[in-house]
Amino acid sequence: MDYTAEELMVIAAAREIRDGDVVFVGMRLPMLAFAVAKKLHAPSAIGFFECGIVRDNPAGELLYTMGDPPNVTGAQWCTSTNNLMFLMHKGLVDVGFIGGAEIDKYGNINTSCLGPVDAPTVKLPGSGGAADIASLSRRLLAIMNHEKRRMREKVDYITSPGYGDGNGWREKAGLPRGGLSALITNLGVLRPDPETKELMLATVHPGVTVEEVRKNTDWELKLSGMLEETPTPSEQELEVLHQIDPQGFWTGNRERKKK
Amino acid sequence: MTRSKQMNLEAAVSEYISDGESIVMGACLEAMIPFAAAYEIIRQNIKNLTLIAPISDILFDMMIGAGMVDKLIAAWSGNVSAGLGYNYRRSMEKGIPHKIAVEDHSNFTIGLALLAGAMGVPFLPTKSLLGSDLLRSNPQLRVGTSPIGEDTLVYVPALKPDVVILGVQRSDEFGNAHLWGNMGVAQEAALASKKVILLAEEIVPGEIITTDPNRLLVPGFKVTAVVHCPAFCHPSPMPGYYRRDHEFFHDYHRETKELESFRKWLNKWVLSFSSHEEYIQHLGNRLEELKIKQKLLAAEVNYAYE
Repeated sequence: MDYTAEELMVIAAAREIRDGDVVFVGMRLPMLAFAVAKKLHAPSAIGFFECGIVRDNPAGELLYTMGDPPNVTGAQWCTSTNNLMFLMHKGLVDVGFIGGAEIDKYGNINTSCLGPVDAPTVKLPGSGGAADIASLSRRLLAIMNHEKRRMREKVDYITSPGYGDGNGWREKAGLPRGGLSALITNLGVLRPDPETKELMLATVHPGVTVEEVRKNTDWELKLSGMLEETPTPSEQELEVLHQIDPQGFWTGNRERKKK
Repeated sequence: MTRSKQMNLEAAVSEYISDGESIVMGACLEAMIPFAAAYEIIRQNIKNLTLIAPISDILFDMMIGAGMVDKLIAAWSGNVSAGLGYNYRRSMEKGIPHKIAVEDHSNFTIGLALLAGAMGVPFLPTKSLLGSDLLRSNPQLRVGTSPIGEDTLVYVPALKPDVVILGVQRSDEFGNAHLWGNMGVAQEAALASKKVILLAEEIVPGEIITTDPNRLLVPGFKVTAVVHCPAFCHPSPMPGYYRRDHEFFHDYHRETKELESFRKWLNKWVLSFSSHEEYIQHLGNRLEELKIKQKLLAAEVNYAYE
């Protein structure tokens, strides 16, 4: 079957959303994954968008940003950013879903800067709502490209807290709940070890070798005892994704790939 | 008799925005961004500004590149659908045109800071950001133990901006305005700021506004100036009026990668026009195509008392 690495990544991410979840949906790829989940296996999922939108149906067309008018049309609630953050603060958001520039082996995510804070080599955009989502949602999903420079032993800066330096760190910091549940990349899916909270390879995407994943990871990546292959996207999953992103704006140019 | 607060954009900016002030520029995140005001501030060369907003897409980046900004108090600065902001990067990495100061926030902490400013309290507490390095790079955010119970809390100090510039779909000439769609932190920002400047797509009689008081942003007495400024939000979207001009954002990304090409961009889209009206005229058919043509009206709401 013909699909791009981005398509598989979005579909694998969508599968992490359970029916009935209240999902805090981050910018870019998470918007797409939420729409796919909603149209397939999670019809009762509710989407929170930090600009102040709650939806119980997916937007009528592809979103470039969550503030695009199709996201307002047919929304369940248009409100303030604070109201949605208040609900998440109380623990009513089941799953938060964000992207990132780099992540480390304990699931800490950096979207602020590479290099020192006061003299960055690359200044990144910052938190947006990501640090709130990582702090306050019940479980966190992250989606990003699997490259050595992004999968770091230790990030330069923790924008969105994962498990800090290991098990117990979040509790000590005073965070009420949460932590990374799955990291979905274009090579596989990583999940935290229940004891140490270190991210381990849980599934590897079809056609990708474990060696390849390790080569693109900055730390000594351990394998889950139950390592499996990520299920191939079904025809139905791909069809829904193509309906949502027909030009492949977020998921790669299909025309180019066919050549 | 209440005095009209309506004035043109040039007058509102020159009268109510001064060098060195702190300004909230847009508060609905990706929509309703008052780009027209950003362009006018650049044309009037008003400098040393502190810009505040959760996320105002490429507005920050162009104002930083134009040299208007000393400090950014924000959750996010980049190009939402295209990537990083090259001017923000040049400023922070290379000091071009100069290095700005940054007070890092998240969307929630900036929302709480404005809510505290709106309430007139010195801070509001949260459990968000515990363990985040935002607490290290923004010393304004302090950590303490709750005086009630034993929770660890982040204390978010109030923001009390000098000015807020917000877009609305319609307003009367006294600043009673309807805003619909997602609200972001618009209401908190309007209540927290000393001066409130509204850019309105339409100016309508007060009777229209009073048909639906639930949709009011803030009462007119809290508003300083109202500007009739159609398409003030371009290239960002406006619920009920304009779609987002995605291509503009993607062109901006390509055309601002190098300093020289940013200067060309700035000249082409900002400095070569003497007013917002000229900019709109230049957009011509492009703007026409962005207009939302269908109608999907809300159900009637009965406010009668007899």
